[in-house]
Amino acid sequence: MSVSACNVEMFPDIARILRALYRLILDGSLLKHCVASLFRVTVGFYLAIVTAVPLGVLLGLYRTLYRIVNPVIQFLRPISPLAWAPFAILWFGIGDLPAIFIIFLACFFPLLIAAVDASANINPIYFQVGANLQLSRWSAFANIILPAIIPNVMLALRMTLGMAWVVVVAAEMIGMKSGLGFLIVDGRDALRLDRVAAAMLVIGLIGLVLDRIMQQLGELESLRWKNARK
Amino acid sequence: MPESKIHFDRVCLEYPKNGNKSGLRFARTPRPNGQSTLVLENIDLEIETGEFVSIIGHSGCGKSSLLKIVAGFVRPTGGSIWIDGRPVEGPRADHMFVFQEGALFPWLTILKNVSLALNSARDQADRIKMARQYLELVSLEAYEDYYPHMLSGGMRQRAELARALAARPDVLLVDEPFSGLDYLTRLQMREEILYLHMMLEKTTILFVTHDIDEALQLSDRVVIMSGPPGRLQSCRPICVAHPRQLSSSVLDEMRSDIYHQLGVHAAL
Ligand SMILES: Nc1ncnc2c1ncn2[C@@H]1O[C@H](COP(=O)(O)OP(=O)(O)OP(=O)(O)O)[C@@H](O)[C@H]1O
Ligand SMILES: [Mg+2]
Repeated sequence: MSVSACNVEMFPDIARILRALYRLILDGSLLKHCVASLFRVTVGFYLAIVTAVPLGVLLGLYRTLYRIVNPVIQFLRPISPLAWAPFAILWFGIGDLPAIFIIFLACFFPLLIAAVDASANINPIYFQVGANLQLSRWSAFANIILPAIIPNVMLALRMTLGMAWVVVVAAEMIGMKSGLGFLIVDGRDALRLDRVAAAMLVIGLIGLVLDRIMQQLGELESLRWKNARK
Repeated sequence: MPESKIHFDRVCLEYPKNGNKSGLRFARTPRPNGQSTLVLENIDLEIETGEFVSIIGHSGCGKSSLLKIVAGFVRPTGGSIWIDGRPVEGPRADHMFVFQEGALFPWLTILKNVSLALNSARDQADRIKMARQYLELVSLEAYEDYYPHMLSGGMRQRAELARALAARPDVLLVDEPFSGLDYLTRLQMREEILYLHMMLEKTTILFVTHDIDEALQLSDRVVIMSGPPGRLQSCRPICVAHPRQLSSSVLDEMRSDIYHQLGVHAAL
């Protein structure tokens, strides 16, 4: 172990980080913490999708409704999701729920705004064609609204998931007893910067993988039409 | 009760001055108030079943607006419009509009685009089969799996016609469908639409165009509009059998007459 002249390590060297990582893998705690974080992100993210996207479409299509609700959205949006942490713990106790709630908040507003924007900007001609063909409400939704907003919503999903991943770590640093964020706080408290750095490494890697997955989803066959449009 | 196929009764239309961009609410009535522009003024017109009527007029004189009223997208602010003795109350599949700007759904293959118009068909297989027939009608059967952006402009217009026809309309409202196409393709499209009109003899066609030759070649009657604000200037029946020789003396005379009415002199 090399100790530098000024006796303070600015950053643990790579060998130490890898050793710490190896130990975390061996004793199973890394897997446990990863699963905990991923679980929270997944649930919060999905909850945000199934609420924000339909609501956003509704607001995008009905301008009057949008004008009424928009001030509330713009009021809540700038409040950092982490600021809700004390209330989240008060309301949901300890466990996964407070973190999920915070993730949900972090994802909800960006997704909502993307969905509002995407559906408000659908070319009105398409609705006229739909009305002319006398499509049912469901058919108009499935054949016009959904495909028209999917490219923009997919992009928003990709960016939001990245943000959710940032937020989960922060949320776990505040009050959780598991997850990669906890691993960082735990490492800090034990003055084990090698473990902190190992956790950071894993967070980055998982973030990379998540983004790749979202990118793949964005290139599905059903979105082909969008690619060649320019 | 009016007996003709389409009956315009002193139709007027005003648009609010500050613009009404909303296209989401179907057939929204523009509210007339002090701040509005008169676009159509007292349009009276009778159109018979199976008639092919071309509408000609300067840009901005309200041709598209007139067609949109017939389609039920826009409600007139004055007068009334009747089809088959019933007032038009909104868009219906039996009055199909073919858009000036091209309105195929870019996210669907043209086969899917066409099959969307067949939503009364019983099952999916039936729909696909019928959609293929309509694509054959416009000779696009080889391109059924293409997305609209993969087709040429002329093919897109043909696909759009196929979709409109698939809804089995008895009134076809065609708004300058060929204006974006090159001259040769336009000539082909003329033949195409003439053929379709002969096949579907009961289909009434309202056809907006800038191209006087197109109107002379295709229509049973040419309606000339002046404006803005849009008014009916005159109607010219063309009683010449198809296929027409555009250089014939009857049509030649008619052409110069229409140019004259439009106030264009340099064209000859
Ligand atoms: N949604 C709208 N809101 C306000 N004004 C409109 C709207 N649509 C059309 N107008 C106005 O109505 C007038 C007639 O427009 P319209 O599109 O019917 O003309 P047009 O004869 O089809 O012209 P073109 O040959 O160039 O297509 C124009 O002055 C236009 O500015
Ligand atoms: Mg027009």
